[in-house]
Order: sequence, then C-alpha cells, then structure tokens
Amino acid sequence: MLLRPRRTQIPDWTSYLASRAGLARDRRLARFFAAGAPAPETPIAEAPLVALDMETTGLDPRRNSIVSIGLVPFTLERGFLRERRYWIVRPRRSLNAKSVTFHHITHADIAGAPEFDDVLEDLLDALAGRLVVVHYRHIERHFLNVAVKARLGQGVKFPVIDTMSLEARIHRQSLLARFKRWIGRPPASIRLYDSRARYGLPPYQGHHALTDALATAELLQAQIAHHYSPETPVGTIWS
Amino acid sequence: MDVELLEIRQHLGRFPPFDGLTDELLDEVASQVEVAYFKAGKDILTLGQELHELCYIRSGAVEVYRRGGELYNRRVEGDIFGQFSLLRNHRVHYPVRAMEDTLIYFIPEAVFHHLCKVDENFAEFVELLRPRLESAVEQQKKNNDMMITRVRKLVTRYPVMVEASTTVQEAARQITDYQASAVLVLDAPGDNPRYTFRDSENRAWQLRGILTDSDFRKRVVAEGRSPDTPVGEVIGKNVIAIQSDESVHEAMLCMLRHNIHHLPVMYRRRPVGIVHLSDIIRYETQSSLYLVSNIFHQPSVEGLARLAPDVSAAFVRMVEEGADSRMVGSALSTIGRSFTRRLLELAEARLGPPPVPYCFMALGSMARNEQSIVTDQDNALVLSDEFVPEQHDGYFREMAKIVSDGLDACGYPYCKGDIMATNQQWRQPLSVWKRYFTEWIEQPNPERLLHSSIFFDLDPVYGENVLVEQLQDLVAQKAATHPLFLAAMARNALNRTPPLGFFRTFVMEKDGKHNNSINLKRRGTAPMVDLIRVHALACGSNAQNSFDRLDDIDRTQLLAPGVSDRLRYALEFLSMSRIHHQVFDIQHDQAPDNNIEPENVTSSERHNLKDAFQALSHAQKFLKFRYPMPSRAK
Repeated sequence: MLLRPRRTQIPDWTSYLASRAGLARDRRLARFFAAGAPAPETPIAEAPLVALDMETTGLDPRRNSIVSIGLVPFTLERGFLRERRYWIVRPRRSLNAKSVTFHHITHADIAGAPEFDDVLEDLLDALAGRLVVVHYRHIERHFLNVAVKARLGQGVKFPVIDTMSLEARIHRQSLLARFKRWIGRPPASIRLYDSRARYGLPPYQGHHALTDALATAELLQAQIAHHYSPETPVGTIWS
Repeated sequence: MDVELLEIRQHLGRFPPFDGLTDELLDEVASQVEVAYFKAGKDILTLGQELHELCYIRSGAVEVYRRGGELYNRRVEGDIFGQFSLLRNHRVHYPVRAMEDTLIYFIPEAVFHHLCKVDENFAEFVELLRPRLESAVEQQKKNNDMMITRVRKLVTRYPVMVEASTTVQEAARQITDYQASAVLVLDAPGDNPRYTFRDSENRAWQLRGILTDSDFRKRVVAEGRSPDTPVGEVIGKNVIAIQSDESVHEAMLCMLRHNIHHLPVMYRRRPVGIVHLSDIIRYETQSSLYLVSNIFHQPSVEGLARLAPDVSAAFVRMVEEGADSRMVGSALSTIGRSFTRRLLELAEARLGPPPVPYCFMALGSMARNEQSIVTDQDNALVLSDEFVPEQHDGYFREMAKIVSDGLDACGYPYCKGDIMATNQQWRQPLSVWKRYFTEWIEQPNPERLLHSSIFFDLDPVYGENVLVEQLQDLVAQKAATHPLFLAAMARNALNRTPPLGFFRTFVMEKDGKHNNSINLKRRGTAPMVDLIRVHALACGSNAQNSFDRLDDIDRTQLLAPGVSDRLRYALEFLSMSRIHHQVFDIQHDQAPDNNIEPENVTSSERHNLKDAFQALSHAQKFLKFRYPMPSRAK
C-alpha cells in the first residue's frame, strides 16, 4: 500500500532545533539542541534512530511522574541491544497501587533509584542527534517536556516518529480503512502489541519501558518494510 | 540477573544450544543481540556476503538455499543459521531468505566464539549441527571413496577391439599380444543406437559384446568350436556396459548383479576401456564380490550354509570402510539374491527343468535392495498361466521347499507370517496374482492390507522376470487411482510410530513411559519405508528401493520442496544407526538385532536420532492428512 503523507501542521524542526541551541541556558540542553536532528529529506534508512518508552504514574504530565525510561538505539536495519539504556527514577509524586500493578515496579525498586535530575544528562546525550521513535507521541514528548521544564526552566521539544500514528494512517485513514468503517467494521486496534501482531512480530510481556522501546523499534522496521521504503524521507513520517 | 532483557533471554533459553547455557552466559548473549525485521520474501543472507554474526530466528521462518538456488532446508523459530560461515571463512555459502515475516537476533561473532570456548555442549551442537543429520550423512559419504570415485579412474588403457568377423584364434592372439584379458567385439551399426559410435576414420560401429579369457574356455574349447569361428558367433547376445562417469560402487554393483568379471566402460556411446573385477578389488578390499562368486560355486546346500559367517564378516568390513546404507542394503540384497538363485539352480538340477516358466519373486527388504544382516525370508512364486495345479504343483512345491529350507540353513530364517513360496497361496499363476493385487487395490480394507502390504515391495530374483514385472506395472498403474486403497495403506503406515524423545538413558514414549531400549526397525526404518511406499504408490512409481521411490516422488508435487531430502537424510541416518549397532553386536559376539540401548548412543548420534524421529513424525502427520479415508456418504 502506498501512502501519501498526511497534511498536518508539522513544524520546521531543523530550524527550530538550531534556534533553540542558541537560546538554551543549560549546557545539557544546549548540547542536545546543537546535535540537531536529521534533515527532513534524509532517507529513513540513513537516519540514526532511537526508540524511547517511558512508564509513568498516570497520563497527565502535570499531575503524574515518570517511573522508568527505556531506550534502544537502532537503524532501519538493526536494533542495538548492546547500546540500550534503562533507568528507574524516583517519582516526585508517590506511586499509587494501580501503577504498581501496571508496571511491575514496586516501591522497593524506587527507594534506591536516582532522581530524574540525575539521569537527565545521560538521557539527553543518548537521544542527541538521533531521531526519536515512540508509540503514541503524546506521552513521551509531553512528559519529557514538562519534566525538563520543571527542572531547567526551559522545555525540550524534538521531532518524533510515532509508530501509532503511522499505524493509524495505514489502518484508520486509508481509503480501504475508511471504506471498512463506512460498512460498519470496527476499526483495527493500533495499540503497540496489536499492531505488532499484524506484522508477524512476536508478543512481548508489555509495560516494561525497555521491552516496549525494543518492541517499538521492531514495529517501525516492519512498518517501513511493508508500507514505505528505505528511501522514504524522514520529514514525511515525523511529527 | 539482568531483568531488562528477560524477553530475549527467556526465548533463547528455550531452544538448543542456548537451553544448556548458564544464566550469566544467557544474559551475555541477550545483551549483545542486534535485532532486525525481514518481511516475507526478503533476503537475509546473500551468497558470498561476509558474515560475522550468528543468526537466531526469534519469530517467523526462513528458507536456506544451496549455491545453485535449489532449496536446502527450512528453519523456524528457535533455530540458528550462519554458524558454518563463522566456523569457516566468514562467507555465506547458503543464502537465506525470509519465508514469513521474520525477526532475527544477530549474535556477534565474539560472543559466539566465547560460547564455543566456555560451553562444550554449545560447541558440539554448532559444529555437528543443525543440518546435523545432513552433515552427518554427508560426512559419511565423504569418507567413502567408492561413492565418489568415478569408474573412469580405474580405466588405465584403451580396450582391445576386433570386428565380429575376426576368428577366435586371431582374437586370442591379439589378447595375448596386448597382455589383456578380454576384447571388445564391434560390428556394423545395427539394432542398438546406444552403443553406436564413429571411430577416428569416421566409420560407424556398434559395440556387440565382449570376449574374455574364460569365454575361450567355456564357449570355444569346451564346446569344440573351430579356431576359425568368427567371434561374433561366440559372444553373448546382450551387452552389459557402464558409463564412465558412474561410480566405482555402481560398477561393482553391476558386476555383482550380472555375476560378471569384465565390464566395458563407455563414454557416451563409445567404448573407452574395460574394468576388471581385480581393478575394483584394488579400490575395494571388502569381499562381497568374492562372496558372491563363491556362492555361485557351491555344489550343495551344505556348502552354501558354510558361507553364512562370511556374510557377517563382509557386512562388518563394508561398514568399517564407510559404506552408506544404500551400499550395505544393496550388497546384502545381492548376496541374499545370490543364495536364492544358487538354491534355485540346485533345485532345478535335482528336479529337472521346470514344467512351465516361473519367476521366483523377492518381497520386502530384498525386493527394495535394503536387506539388513538381521532378516528373514519373504518370497513367492509367480507361475506362467500354463500352470495346471494337478500336473505341475508338485514340482514347484518341492522347489519352494528346497529354496526355503536352504535359505533357513544359510541364515535367512523362515518367515513368521508364512509369506513364502512354500505356502500354496503364494505359489500361483500370474492370473491369480493379478486377481490378488486387483482385489487388494480395488476392495481394500486396512486389516486385510496389514498382512499383504509386504507384497507391494516386489522384485524378480530368478526365472522369467517378465512375470513379476507385469505385477509391478499393474500395481504402479492401479494404485494411484484408488484413494481408498491409498488411505488404507496410509492408515497402516501409521501403526508404528517413532518415540517422542531420546535421552541419555531412556527412550521417552508418547504416553510418557520410559523404555531402556528401542527397536530401530519397528520404530524408525520400517515406518519410514512404509510412508515412502504410500507416496510412491500414489505417484505411480515403479521403483522398489525407498531412495529411488523418493526420486520418483520428487518429480511430482506430492511433497513440499525440501521434504523428500529431509526424509532421505532421516532414513539414511536411521538405517546407518541400525547398521552400526549391528556391527557393534557382531564385534562383541552377540547376535545382532534391531534394538539399540540409549546408553550406547553418543550424544551427537542422540541428537541426530531425535531429528530423524522428528522428521518421521512430521511426515506421518502429513500422510494422515494427505490420504484421508474417503467418507462413506460419497
């Protein structure tokens, strides 16, 4: 299936990041912005990517906190487990019972864990210069932005490839998908593990930030293999 | 324990060779993995590509190809590939393509070598490995010179050739001059284009036959012919020759089969040399050839019976020298046939010439050329339709008794199921045999066929071969078009199943029971042969040998690509295991049998047996599905 890029308001990330680099007061942020992002016309096959996943105590960045962060650097060809990173961080707000069962992270895990501030530098360095890939961008980008802003007074925004919105384009917005909806079929689920199953990717035990990051990296490889091409410019699939 | 990578290490830990690794090693592997997704149809490894990683299939399935592009085998979840490249020169020898959407874990070379170093089982597994069965079988073949040496290598000089009009005296003079032991006889082109060629002066010739040293004695002097007799009048009618690119082994079999000592070697249609028995002996010191010629020289049943120990001795030597199961099966069948033939000759000498033409028919393993050292006799007599029971049966009953008693004396015990020519039911004219086969095929039921399936491996041994060949043709023509018959045969082929598992000290049965020995024939080779037979019948094959049958099956779409190769390797491995254990028994002064005890099995053999049993089990499942009992409603 060939897909037209969706016409939405996508910022000019290259100049945004460049301008931010000049304005950043914090050296960690300055370094992150200076590394920039691949130019929009870069073929996806040539872009350094990093799959990112966070587990949080809830869905609202202003009221909930980040509990764990996992990331797996990858390219269209390979996922590099050796370069994976995983942090458990001590949330500012206390864990509730629901999020404990959800993430399998307990109070004991968190007791000895570092503060978010302590991992921020490592996290930004791991993301710098790579194009971030997430499943459902409204969690990771917002939480990170809010958390960074709370500590450094300045937020952090960057382009992401959202495998969920790619999946929505394919399964919710294509002509065929619209036709199916029109005749009353339920829409395809675009949750991470349902999406993976469509590409023959194995089921993983979900809700672990590192596993989900790996799962997201594999999903993007599969989506490009099936619906795009290695030459697809990153600018047409990021948001 | 590195809990983060649980997903990867748990999966690895379920499959060999990773299942034996310590947790620490597993963590090390998991943390170094690189992951890649391949859409169905995409190349994963291409021929000649450099490779520095071991590939592990996390999900999906791949196809491995040979250099020439034909399918080599398939690998699925939990399997590895690429290890051979890592162990050799880092080049891909077997390209791999995703058959389904596939997720691969790439394990870096350094980790691979570290695992080989610190974990012996891992090293053993990847070295012997995976196409374990295949490599085990290939290895055996490689060790065996006779299979790969072409017969042309034994040809050291041009043959002496004379025209058919040459006198025997002149031919004898030429043989002496050239210090040869035979001449080839040529004539103007005639009835046989297979042996027609042009010489350097562009004259056309046809090879007519061969005249050997012993022919001068038997056909010239003993018969009182004049030295002026043209050689054309003396030579035999049929030319038996071999192509120069056939194996030495094939040449040996050809000599055994026809009981001849000189064999013309042809390059296409032109004779290029003569191979003599002694040439082969130089290559092949084992004595099955001597044994056969010895059999034909025995004047009595007692003499034949004295040769029985030589059969075991020849068998052991053959195996020690690296013969594969086809060579062993074929040589032992030839020996068995020779005993039978000699006994029939002795019977005819005693009873006088037969009153009507007949053919003595081999059934079961001898007919398939797959005889083992532990075997009983299965045979029958097909008589010409001129047969009148009241007048002629006395003769054939007596003949059958001489042969059957003789075979028993020579180490081929009576058939427990009474499938022998001594049983009147199995001593019948061709028309009755045709009726038997027609009934079996047209009105089959599994119970009845259970006792007669042995008749679907049949081959002439001695007499008017055409009588038995007609039956072979009848089976080949009728079987394929009778689904009920195939279904009944298929059902019977499932009666004997392989064990579920094979462990250091016991055999695990499907019902969870443990056994401390296993009958490799009943649980392995026999069910394999049974299922190959059903497929062969379904595709109208005329072949009797299981490997030949697989070749015929390959010409159809009956089995998915690669399946017949897997069956071939599995059958070869099961047969060889059985053979090796019989050799072991003989060498330890025990009566050889078909049982093996798991504690006498090396770990690599155990792996291979597991694979072979699994291949058999899969093939049985497919058989059941492929030949269902047609529903009664239809």
